[in-house]
Amino acid sequence: MRFFEYEAREIIKRAGIPVTDYGFTTDAAEAREIAQRIGGPTVIKSQVLTGGRMKAGGVKFADTPEEAEAHARDILALEINGHAPRGVLVDPRAEVEQEYYAGVVWDGTRKQPVMIFSPVGGIDIEQVAEEQPDKVGRRHFSNILPLSDFQAKEVVASTGVTGAALNRLVPIVKRLASLFVENDMILAEINPLGRLADGSFVALDAHMDIENEARGRHSRLLAELGVGEEETRQAREATPFELAGEQVDAMDHRGVAGNVTEFDGNLGLVIGAGGGSLTLFDAVRAHGGKPANYCEIGGNPSVAKACGLAKLVLQKPGVERIAVMMSIVSNTRVDIVARGVIKACLELGYDPAEKIAIFRIPGAWEEEGFKILERYGVDYADRSVSLNEAARRAVEKIEGAPV
Amino acid sequence: MRADATFIAVEVDDAAAADPELARRLTEACPVDIFAQTGDGGLDIVELNLDECVLCRLCLDAVESDPTHPVKVIKLYDDGAILA
Ligand code: SF4
Repeated sequence: MRFFEYEAREIIKRAGIPVTDYGFTTDAAEAREIAQRIGGPTVIKSQVLTGGRMKAGGVKFADTPEEAEAHARDILALEINGHAPRGVLVDPRAEVEQEYYAGVVWDGTRKQPVMIFSPVGGIDIEQVAEEQPDKVGRRHFSNILPLSDFQAKEVVASTGVTGAALNRLVPIVKRLASLFVENDMILAEINPLGRLADGSFVALDAHMDIENEARGRHSRLLAELGVGEEETRQAREATPFELAGEQVDAMDHRGVAGNVTEFDGNLGLVIGAGGGSLTLFDAVRAHGGKPANYCEIGGNPSVAKACGLAKLVLQKPGVERIAVMMSIVSNTRVDIVARGVIKACLELGYDPAEKIAIFRIPGAWEEEGFKILERYGVDYADRSVSLNEAARRAVEKIEGAPV
Repeated sequence: MRADATFIAVEVDDAAAADPELARRLTEACPVDIFAQTGDGGLDIVELNLDECVLCRLCLDAVESDPTHPVKVIKLYDDGAILA
């Protein structure tokens, strides 16, 4: 879940990293008061969860409080990429000598956070990494033990920063690493981190993203920041198809058959099992397949629930067939899922043998499941067929064999 | 194409179905609510839940003491095999 800049700044401030004397408001007149309090030139920044706000006119400079109010009024009325602003941030225009970058991101492959630092800030770190790779320092660190002074120093110093700047940056980088771990973040970025004329550093902008599943652990912080429980902050609103998927999952407490995401392909997916959904989705794409959806089943959904999900996917416009695939299951029953998906086909007037491109769920109660599949002529595979091969076979049924 | 979309059938002898005590035991035993007790204490089979049967045999255990074996769970997908 992404944070607005004003929330990210608050988190940074609480972690003891210096920030400017900014103010957040949803009211243009109050923006003027904040600018008055700041007492100098200000920057008025739209608070939206989308990129490109500078280009879209969502960031404006003001020399007087009156100008700040006028800009705030314009920005509050300005939608950027379809997003209405949450408010505006009124920030003093700092006299910055140099802009730096400090960030921590979650490396899903290494299963560790990685600290990234650069003395070239204010632009995308990806661009810096491409154009000036020697100006980007990186280091993975433990998500159990704190980042040590030495480790922090090593990352910063590897980019050529020395002396007083190095000494001042080390605690900032360390605090950023701590707040990342403590708050279960997947991204915590200060960009730019400005060095002022007196040599001190101040965070001028921040981006943060907390692990969705960890929201419950940080309910106090979220409440203090005013983040409502109903705020999903997804990149886009759920589609009617996805909302229908939520309803299927909510129909009874048994198991999971939901977490549906809509795509525009022709192969419907009824997939699952602890990361298996992602693996299968990738495998389908790797074989040239076009998934119509992503979803997750597991935890032994009822027949009705498996049937409901399969029906939803089968009825999605453009879906030619469905592939029913999971890794080897122990807490989901093969026969129950088989009943559900066959029932879905039959109740919609389809021949399961035609509509189910492949059923590859080995595991608990597979003998019973395979009996059901055989009776209805459904092509099924046992555990001797890998997930990758099952995905390939499903794609081949729709797209034909690769030439 | 096979068009039958029901996988499980449950049969209960008429005499047993009229026994309120047996109806109570079956209703309590089944984890997926295939049995329900009617207002007069008799037994109802909930057709809507039939395919949720998890083949757990709890209904058979509940009437174990009855030598007539009054409950049958039938796997329609397995040529009518009876759950033993
Ligand atoms: S076998 Fe289990 S689930 Fe099936 S009817 Fe009997 S008690 Fe219910």
